[in-house]
Amino acid sequence: MEELLRTNFLGIVLKNPLVVASGVLGTSASLMERAAREGAGAVTSKSVGPQPREGHANPVCLAWGNSVINAIGLTNPGCQQELPILLETKHRLKALGVPLFVSIFASKAEEFGEVAKVVAQAEPGLIEVNISCPNVASEFGEPFSASASSAAAVTRSVRAAVNLPISIKLAPNVPNLSQIARAVVAEGANAITAINTVPAMLIDARAGRPVLKNKTGGLSGPAIKPVALRSVWELAQAICVPIIGTGGVTCGLDAAEMIMAGASLVGVGSAVVNGGPAIFAKIAQELAEFMQSEGYQNLSQMRGKAL
Amino acid sequence: MEPDEQSGLMRAFEVANVINENAHTRTLLFKGRLESARPGQFVMAWLPEVGERPFSIAASVPLAITVSSVGTVSAALHQLKPGERAWVRGPLGTGFRLTGSKHLLVGGGYGAAPLAFLAKEALKQGGQARVCLGAKTETELLMQQRLYDMGCEVRVATEDGSEDTRGLVTQLVEQAISDEPPDCLYACGPTGMLLALAELCKRHQIPAQLSFEALIRCGVGLCGSCELPEAVCNQVGLPAGWLVCHDGPVAFLS
Repeated sequence: MEELLRTNFLGIVLKNPLVVASGVLGTSASLMERAAREGAGAVTSKSVGPQPREGHANPVCLAWGNSVINAIGLTNPGCQQELPILLETKHRLKALGVPLFVSIFASKAEEFGEVAKVVAQAEPGLIEVNISCPNVASEFGEPFSASASSAAAVTRSVRAAVNLPISIKLAPNVPNLSQIARAVVAEGANAITAINTVPAMLIDARAGRPVLKNKTGGLSGPAIKPVALRSVWELAQAICVPIIGTGGVTCGLDAAEMIMAGASLVGVGSAVVNGGPAIFAKIAQELAEFMQSEGYQNLSQMRGKAL
Repeated sequence: MEPDEQSGLMRAFEVANVINENAHTRTLLFKGRLESARPGQFVMAWLPEVGERPFSIAASVPLAITVSSVGTVSAALHQLKPGERAWVRGPLGTGFRLTGSKHLLVGGGYGAAPLAFLAKEALKQGGQARVCLGAKTETELLMQQRLYDMGCEVRVATEDGSEDTRGLVTQLVEQAISDEPPDCLYACGPTGMLLALAELCKRHQIPAQLSFEALIRCGVGLCGSCELPEAVCNQVGLPAGWLVCHDGPVAFLS
């Protein structure tokens, strides 16, 4: 199984391609260590910004069938407070041979660079730049992922601030995904993470109200898998940097499909709701079994097969 | 389609009756059932335009929750009258698992809320249920009469001595164990009380099931808000990164 799933991503060796997606279990060193022990190949910390944020009031999250809708609202302690947590996490994950990815956000392009500079002190394997959170529009306005120029401006800011690998996290709900991706790669992005959650809402008919306090939220889980697959498939043909394919992966077959769409790594988030943190080992096992049964000897043979 | 208990979605429940438990605690009895709920599990109760908070399940058929007025949502729930509605998602989390036949139930403050449900199940199985309740003062005691009426042996401690034994509930538990060691201890209350009970049970080699409280936001094991502090995990022998909403709220110590 180890040979089958081991993968090299931007010069870092991962024991498997499964990454804990940002926003899931990424709030403390102990929780990220748990995710690593439960079988994740890499762990992404929860998005951190320039200042502390409480996030939205409850209800912030609901399961919707096997999928999830959330508007947590970028709860985080601010990058200065987060740094010791990241340093401790890096230390603990290193002992397990699992790289730490750090997700950042900000409300202005120049602030992204400042936050990146702070978190870079923890020397993460990757800084993931979250320019596509759908749950803070009322405060932040249009997400940076909405246009090639704003996405490029953020990338430029982060690229100028740090020498570490950076991945830009894109939203699927744009008409020109490839154009945006090419713009951020031209500014020095080393990878693309696709996709973020999809803007959505739930209304309770008897209450006559949206259920989330923030009214709208981001949909994740199996409901968005086809959207994620399409986005990754399109990106894999448009750019030549690796893609962290994220959206609706809950089993080994889902992971295989994401890799066949062209993903190098596979983000797993909402699957934790039904499967608990143990889901990472389960998906890894199922992926290895699938590869064995289909005669794939490594991930490269499978990558982009559906292109 | 109407959402079911496993959907994770909100379901509207009409209030059938409201019982005053003490000066700041009421039990809301609803018209509907939550068939699959187990003692120790919780629901997230939502009032549109007000907010959502976790509450332990006081009964399942019909559904009841016991609400102490400590904030905006609980105060608004207290205002509900028969015929009005609250919304509930759940049951969520891991509840108690009755083990053996001699049960010792321990409640601290409003942590006593789920104990009547647990005692009822224990007695239904033909078991014996002894209960130790603790509170700061007599007016904060909860479920005392109800548990007594059900046929449980109930011991009470108040920190100010306003009712029965003056002191902490742990003293009562120590006494109850020396009278007759139970097959298992089940407790719900403040973390300090649970830590003391964990220590006590370890010393007496009694399995313990402890229900922890936490800030619960997503309720489904995703956001990390309810992680039990690592120091607490270490103290009671739980793995680090233990999530109250997903792994708990009930922790099983042996």
